[in-house]
Amino acid sequence: MKAPRFSYVRAESLEQVFELLKQYGEDARILAGGQSLIPTLNMRLSQPAILIDINRLDMLKGISAGDGAVRIGALARHAEVAESPVIAARLPLIAAAMPHVAHVAVRNRGTFGGSVALADPAAEMPACVLALGGTLVVAGARGRREIAAEDFFRGLYETAREPDEILVEVRVPTEAPGTVSVFLELAQRHGDFAIAGLACHARIEGDTVADARLVYFASEDRPRLAKGAMAALAGKAWNDGTRAAVIGALTDDLDPMTNLDGGAAMKLHLQRVLTGRALDAAVAQARAA
Amino acid sequence: MATKEDLIRLERPNSYIGRNLTRSRARRAVAGRGQYTDDVLMPRTAHAAFVRSPYAKARIMRIDTAAAKEQPGVLLVMTGAELAERCTEPWVGTLTCFDGMKSAPQYPMAVDLAVWHGEPVVMVVAETRAEAEDACELVEIEWEPLPPVAEKETALRPGGPVVHPAIADNLAFRKTIDTGKVDEAFANADIVIEETFEFGRHTAVSLEPRALLADYDKGTQRLTIWTSSQCPHMIQAVFARTLGVPEHNVRIVAPDVGGSFGLKIHTFGDEVAATAAAMALGRPVKFIADRLESFVSDIHARENRVKGRIALSKEGVIQAVDIDVLSGAGAYSQYPRTSVFEANQILNITAGPYNHKEYRARATVVYMNKVPTSQYRAVGHPIGNSVGEALVDLAAEAVGQDPVEFRRRNVIPDEAFPTTIAAGIKLQDMSHTACIDELMKRMDYDALRAEQAVLRRQGIHRGIGIAAFIKGTAPGPSGYYGIGGAPIASQDACTIKLEPSGGVLCMVGVTDQGQGVDTVMGQIAANALGVSMESIRVISGDTDAVPYGGGTYASRATAIGGEATYQAALALRAEILVLAGVLLQAEPATLDIVDGIVVDAGTETPRIPLSEIGRIGHFQVAELPNDVKPVLSATRRFRLTDDLYIFTNGIHGAYLEVDPDTGFIKLLKHWVVEDCGRVINPMLADEQVRGGCVQGLGGALYEHCIYDDAAQLQNGTLADYRVPMAFEMPDIEVAHVQNPTTISDLGAKGVGESGTGAAPAVVMNAVNDALRPFKARVTCQPMTPEAVLRALGKV
Repeated sequence: MKAPRFSYVRAESLEQVFELLKQYGEDARILAGGQSLIPTLNMRLSQPAILIDINRLDMLKGISAGDGAVRIGALARHAEVAESPVIAARLPLIAAAMPHVAHVAVRNRGTFGGSVALADPAAEMPACVLALGGTLVVAGARGRREIAAEDFFRGLYETAREPDEILVEVRVPTEAPGTVSVFLELAQRHGDFAIAGLACHARIEGDTVADARLVYFASEDRPRLAKGAMAALAGKAWNDGTRAAVIGALTDDLDPMTNLDGGAAMKLHLQRVLTGRALDAAVAQARAA
Repeated sequence: MATKEDLIRLERPNSYIGRNLTRSRARRAVAGRGQYTDDVLMPRTAHAAFVRSPYAKARIMRIDTAAAKEQPGVLLVMTGAELAERCTEPWVGTLTCFDGMKSAPQYPMAVDLAVWHGEPVVMVVAETRAEAEDACELVEIEWEPLPPVAEKETALRPGGPVVHPAIADNLAFRKTIDTGKVDEAFANADIVIEETFEFGRHTAVSLEPRALLADYDKGTQRLTIWTSSQCPHMIQAVFARTLGVPEHNVRIVAPDVGGSFGLKIHTFGDEVAATAAAMALGRPVKFIADRLESFVSDIHARENRVKGRIALSKEGVIQAVDIDVLSGAGAYSQYPRTSVFEANQILNITAGPYNHKEYRARATVVYMNKVPTSQYRAVGHPIGNSVGEALVDLAAEAVGQDPVEFRRRNVIPDEAFPTTIAAGIKLQDMSHTACIDELMKRMDYDALRAEQAVLRRQGIHRGIGIAAFIKGTAPGPSGYYGIGGAPIASQDACTIKLEPSGGVLCMVGVTDQGQGVDTVMGQIAANALGVSMESIRVISGDTDAVPYGGGTYASRATAIGGEATYQAALALRAEILVLAGVLLQAEPATLDIVDGIVVDAGTETPRIPLSEIGRIGHFQVAELPNDVKPVLSATRRFRLTDDLYIFTNGIHGAYLEVDPDTGFIKLLKHWVVEDCGRVINPMLADEQVRGGCVQGLGGALYEHCIYDDAAQLQNGTLADYRVPMAFEMPDIEVAHVQNPTTISDLGAKGVGESGTGAAPAVVMNAVNDALRPFKARVTCQPMTPEAVLRALGKV
């Protein structure tokens, strides 16, 4: 299990990264935390010509609060995000999801941007960014683009980022007062890729769910915004009737894939169970607030 | 002369038996100074990597190695056919003690036909492992894929695919145990219960993978192999015979071994290939299996389907048990220990704790195009116990008895031993009743049942499981390996020597894989000899240094090797006392050894230290009368004589919670009460039981080698083959009922597998106890969320 030969460049500037990406295109891989990339190299599942190490690029680091949004640099480590007071105060959904991201050793090295850019369908961060309506900022020699999360995740490890672009930061709107967030996932062992998962962000007024964003992950090729279920929830009191309608709507919203954890029917069943639990928790949270 | 009990009794100054001492190898490992095979560095070492079959079954039409040979750093590219020419004869994984058993001849790498996904086909040896892997990618093989045998259920179907043309029916072995009146007992029974159980494939996943460094010295024609092994002498015999080197010219060294669990009692073709490369190149060759190739080349185990029936009287007395086992082996029967022991053990031990007189057990072992199966920790016991204990739980429910009460009434009572159980095996020194009593106390069983009832009303579904077991440990020579024709010693041995300094060297045939065998042997020797642990050094895992032995497997190290060590130490003690008697002009019987000093027995007045005995015995022999010829060394061997195994027994309890909406199982608490006879080191015994439980729990809940319809292994990484991790494991409470075996003087039985053997059974019973209100039952392992949801009818 040794990686095939590859070239390695430790980039000193974003411009150098752009230049190398232009030159090598899909034969280049960005090396950030390496927690997914290095195993795939060692297993010879990918054989890039060159690794572009961006770990020294300070402009990609850090977490900061701006006007109505939090900027998370692509190189922010999961551990930094997990420990960040800015995240805890402004993006409770991400704070709640962070302990589910693999194990401490992986969180120490793995990056927020790496997870989002890789777009593993079972990963937590893409689901959270989508649930909170975040924006992905990519850049390349051709300039900078901002892509809404809803347009970014396009399939299995497939995103709207072009081969000559790099994800530089993620902007996530601060969770508004009066909203609540619930993050749930099911994994057989702590730290495993989830079998099913749900990132839920909702505004609840009294017993009424004014509106909610429900993003399901780990059951199909990408994190899925469940528009039918969200419509069934909007403006409704959370009761047995709404529960049935929301859970029913998931049949059309989701297209679960069978994998080694189980069949599509089991995945749909688990996502439905999580839906009920998440909204129970969201309503309880709103009441307690 | 001190009696046996005197020597073992705890209050002597050097009474180490029964004491918690830390493992001698632990400090080194913690300091980062462990030396595993991959840490052994030899100048000019080359590295082997393998091209493995991507198909479950395919004919090799053509192999082109030209491009690979041109790669930088490449020293040797060898095909299976080329390797076969360097081997004396192919392996045939049968033993004569298994009547009618068949297996196809097997070369270390595939020749003409590859028969499992992962079988080695071509070896590349290069200056570095990376260069070898680069070159592997350039080996061109033209394949003709053939339909594989992918399922054990269809393997025997006439006209279907066959694994080997020579074995047209795919049948490896059949065996039946039948007491004779089983059908009659079932016909006359008030209640008959039947259930079918399915067990998935597992593999051992030792932290340190298989590893080997081979060096052939052409000058002395000496072959030295460092390898992560549990049985150096067996490796010596098999490698010597396969590669045509005289056995006494082969030295096997097992340095630190990072877990083994039965995986490392086997011989593997890729390891023979790397050794052949070392002989061909005249350079040391290292092969360290990486995790990916481990999953497709380490032995697999546990794939069985078992139909079970139990017959009862309406009073709840077990009348008969009937099981039919379909065991799914791989493409070859693993040489030299075979792939049929698992089925054989299931037959031996299922429902073994109970008093029924009628028993029929049938096994059919079939070949499939999958990784070969063989012995893995607690061979067959997880399956036999799961089946037997599930049937017993169903029986208890059918007659409305508590499962503990039912077991109490049906186990063979302690005072009835020795006796022969329905499977035809003589058992002695068993303690089922005492173990049940101790378990009840520790579980606070009635309180737990009350809590379960309260929580159930609140919609929380907890289950309590009970599983009794018997466990065959420390096999004797009358059973299988040696008598069946395999070069595997069922005896074991210890050579112990007094050095001039008064220090003691203790060379043992059993080996240490991290469980503390060296320490336990040292405790036994120091205790018997009367010296401190600090003055003893135990040497194991080197065929040049230690007397011939079988190594460590089947929970035999302490039971067999420990007794040999005990007897060797007593023999050396006797010689020292004779010598001391000459020097002191005293009767040896009036002397004793305490803390390294010969003393007057009784008063313990110091007379002469062992350092003086050593000095005189080695350097100043002129001071001795001419007819006194000190050897200051003793070798003793021990084997079972009349018994198949030293059987142990015990009982597990489990408490867990099932989420009926998600099918998830949360383990809350686990108890083990077992009887391994005399406990030498309680801490290490407990840790063996705990580690064994965790391995059993992993198999019960998570671990599964998943094959598709084309017999391709689907999950070959640690991300999707899930081993148990600390976070999900419950607290495991361990207690021992000490009923020393009468088979040896030391009285120790085996302990290393008691956890693994019954943990799956107790968890399955606990899950089904939790699911009782839903009238749902899970009968497959691993008990995944999907399996639980299926049982509940939710998916």
